[in-house]
Amino acid sequence: MRTIERFDIRGRFLLGLAAILLAGCGEAPWNDPYPAGDATGNRIYSSFAERPKHLDPARSYSADEYAFLAQIYEPPLQYHFLLRPYRLVPLTALEVPEPAYFDADGNPLPQDAPAESIHRSDYLIRIQPGIRYQPHPAFAAYDSGDYRYHALTARDLRGINQLGDFEQTGTRELTAWDYVHQIKRLAAPWTHSPIAGVMQKHILGFEEYAQSLAETAETDPLQRVARLRDSEIAGVEVVDPYSYRIGVKGKYPQFAYWLAMPFFAAMPWEAEVFYAQPGLHERNITLDWYPVGTGPFMLGENNPSLRMVLERNPNFRGEPYPSEGMPEDTASGILADAGRPMPFIEEAIYSLEKESIPRWNKFLQGFYDSSGIASDAFDQAVQIDAGGEPVLTDAMRERGISLLTSVEPSVMYMGFNMLDPVIGGDSERARLLRRAISIAVDFEEFISIFTNGRGLVAQGPIPPGIFGYREGEAGINPFVYEWVGGRAVRRSLDEARVLMEQAGYPGGRDQATGRALTINYEAIATGPDDRARLNWIRKQFAKLGIELVIRSTDYNRFQEKIRNGTGQVFMWGWNADYPDPENFLFLLYGPNGKVEHQGENASNYANPEFDRLFNAMRFMDDGPERQAAIDRMVELARTDAPWLWGFNPKAFSLHHRWMYNASPNQMANNTLKYRRVDPELRERLRRDWNPPILWPLWAIGGLLSVIILPALWLVWRRERSTAL
Amino acid sequence: MTAYIIRRLIYAIPILIGVNLITFVLFFVVNAPDDMARMHLGEKRVTEEAIQTWKQEHGYDRPLLYNPDASGLGRFTETIFFEKSIRLFVFDFGSSDNGRDIGYDISQRMWPSLAIAIPVLLVGLAFNISYALFIVFFRATYVDIGSVVLLVAMMSISGLFYIIGGQFLLGKLFHLVPISGYDTGVEAWKFLILPVIVGVIGGIGAGTRWYRTLFLEEISKDYVRTARAKGLSERRVLFRHVLQNALIPILTGVVVVLPLLFMGSLISESFFGIPGLGSYTIDAINSQDFAIVRSMVFLGAVLYIVGLILTDISYTLVDPRVRLQP
Repeated sequence: MRTIERFDIRGRFLLGLAAILLAGCGEAPWNDPYPAGDATGNRIYSSFAERPKHLDPARSYSADEYAFLAQIYEPPLQYHFLLRPYRLVPLTALEVPEPAYFDADGNPLPQDAPAESIHRSDYLIRIQPGIRYQPHPAFAAYDSGDYRYHALTARDLRGINQLGDFEQTGTRELTAWDYVHQIKRLAAPWTHSPIAGVMQKHILGFEEYAQSLAETAETDPLQRVARLRDSEIAGVEVVDPYSYRIGVKGKYPQFAYWLAMPFFAAMPWEAEVFYAQPGLHERNITLDWYPVGTGPFMLGENNPSLRMVLERNPNFRGEPYPSEGMPEDTASGILADAGRPMPFIEEAIYSLEKESIPRWNKFLQGFYDSSGIASDAFDQAVQIDAGGEPVLTDAMRERGISLLTSVEPSVMYMGFNMLDPVIGGDSERARLLRRAISIAVDFEEFISIFTNGRGLVAQGPIPPGIFGYREGEAGINPFVYEWVGGRAVRRSLDEARVLMEQAGYPGGRDQATGRALTINYEAIATGPDDRARLNWIRKQFAKLGIELVIRSTDYNRFQEKIRNGTGQVFMWGWNADYPDPENFLFLLYGPNGKVEHQGENASNYANPEFDRLFNAMRFMDDGPERQAAIDRMVELARTDAPWLWGFNPKAFSLHHRWMYNASPNQMANNTLKYRRVDPELRERLRRDWNPPILWPLWAIGGLLSVIILPALWLVWRRERSTAL
Repeated sequence: MTAYIIRRLIYAIPILIGVNLITFVLFFVVNAPDDMARMHLGEKRVTEEAIQTWKQEHGYDRPLLYNPDASGLGRFTETIFFEKSIRLFVFDFGSSDNGRDIGYDISQRMWPSLAIAIPVLLVGLAFNISYALFIVFFRATYVDIGSVVLLVAMMSISGLFYIIGGQFLLGKLFHLVPISGYDTGVEAWKFLILPVIVGVIGGIGAGTRWYRTLFLEEISKDYVRTARAKGLSERRVLFRHVLQNALIPILTGVVVVLPLLFMGSLISESFFGIPGLGSYTIDAINSQDFAIVRSMVFLGAVLYIVGLILTDISYTLVDPRVRLQP
């Protein structure tokens, strides 16, 4: 009897083990990080490296967060997916609003009225009727019309730990009040919106409204929502359920771009009331964690320490795929889905992947559909061909992976603090010194060494793709480059040395004192990888005999030095909010200086002519007049050289062959809805690429046997041996 | 014993205050409240007004340690240090600077940490002790010398190497397990294999050497000689006598880390994408979330103290000579 029982236990164990092993020998690869059968679903697999801090559209201001938010919330406008230069098109709006201009007496002005005469610009935004919110408990109502979950008690909240624990959901139609409510939220001090300061300067009545909210010092969350609902911003009004008007101070053509950012997405008051109820915050059920939108997707799972899942919003209206693009788009096949209702996928799974090595390997195994390229994997993925163009390696091509590249609307520059008595200022001596350094610091080499060639040397503050950027000979910085043989060639070091002599620093020594010129470089250095970069920068300055002192610090102290204007030279960058030259040239606008005005002009550059032209250019429509103003501003900036213009980074992305409709768009964040996948192909290739290799297991088993069995024999023999 | 435990718990209070104070000073030497506000509000277009509002909302608008504007005891209580620290002593961790409930997050994230830490501890303990006994059995032979060389080599290799090597071999090359990731419930097992294997292998060098030393010290004692003289086999001597008597130092090492298993592994969790408390702490440091950093350091200190008390108690269980004095 005991023998049979023992056999049963052993037999069950062996059967179980066999079942596990056989299960492994089935269809799904052993190393598949997703549940079995998932790969055949119409979903996209991606990753994220940083957990989003905010998912409230009034607070979020980071690309990592926009990757999720922009799929859920819908502002009235969006960027066209394919057309370049970047162009605004309606999203929930019926059309891109044309501002109406008024003088100080409220009289209408023509579209070509001078900016000085315009006292107010009105943007009338008409939204499409019939747009509905995603299913959400905030909208759940009884037959009587009363909201089911707007008066939750402690008893109601028993067993509620996440949003999905609420059994009932509801929806309602999007209205103009929702957009206006969100603008009020931007003004509320308790929302901590990063653009509140900017909007105070532009939206009529915004500043006064924010002040009135601050004065009430309301602390109860429900009372705060009630306060927003009961009050109005003077310059913002609901015209009818499907249209609202925003009054802007003076002329501000860039305002339309803000209407394409999640800050101006609709926010239903029901959601605010729902989340403001006591007991929900303690359960981490907040608006900042569980978004409520009208977009093509909704957040099905929010576990940023593990995974974020976007699910198709069943109430989404089915926006058609764009039917026009650039000439090359027809040939590439990216217009094949023209007119078809989006989104094409049911779900997108984003897994947290903090380290680049596992992220890259899982992409190669087919467990992520797309990937960027980390520096340490660059040579494995991309090589530079004879023409200097990046192409895929054979290994990537064999797998059918495609490479997409585009220049980012960003600039990485080396700035001089113009308030510094040595390197800054308006003197000819300092100007010549800055120009000499501009020649000496070889950014072509920097791009080649530190970014794997992923960048374009900048000739001025405006990156390619933005109005005002000039290509070819007309676009080069003549103080640093000359046009030779059809391309820009950096001027020689001899020219830089001559400039140093003219500046009074022959051989890098001050002519007056004979002392070596020493300049401090403010650096954010957090790891050993930074050492090579800093050494390289030191060598660039040493070409001119300048002794560069690297002052490494953390990001907080670095920012403090820049805010206080105590640094001399530093490296920083700017990523465009919107594709307009104003968003780059304002980085050199005097009244935007960091030290005096706490603005974004980190080099504290101030040139009266530049500032005057900036004030004119910002109000102009794109055209020859604006181009001429920009040309002059760029010329002034190049002459004064407050920056080494650095480079414009290039984005490289890789996509598997089962991924369709991937097109680089550096301004649009809501691109998930365009994506289409072939799940069957993905499933097949994953299996082909990831067969479990079992011989190492047998080898390890054999090796252990070889070690353990003789050892056991030795033990046995020793125990039976006799003493001498 | 109860009196002893109570006394130790009372001793713990000044230790915890000290730990909290050191954490506070170290954190705010590097991160001023203004820096924290900037980090949370984003890097672009942050105004001074927004910073002040954020500080006010999150209770960082007071002086750090001493409030000269207050009177009496308020000079010490109306400070960031007091207001942020006092609730920790009743284990009310409050909200993170992002507004999430820290206690809830800890309760959710300790399970993945435990799911790795417990198997690594148990399997590692069993393997290391067995291997150490094996070496001691063959002491002063080539097996011993070869093993020590191997163990020193294994100790010398960085833990990161084992992680990347394990991911490369088992995940990338042989396709046997997922390279990284995690799942809840029974689906978690396939994600645990690799971190557990890596954790065990990474601990063999130091662990086995330590146990070998303990066993060698015991084996030269008189009672072992007596046992041999009685005719006991070497195997019996090792397992019944040496192992039992070496338990006190083993317990010192093991019991003290038991409570700390909750805290997770900082590097391992990051590389394997395990949503445990180790990665929670790292994320908080990177995002300058003082509320979480403070809570995790406090929790770590409490657990360490608990571990030491448990160790003392365990002595009495394995060694009848040891008695805890009140």
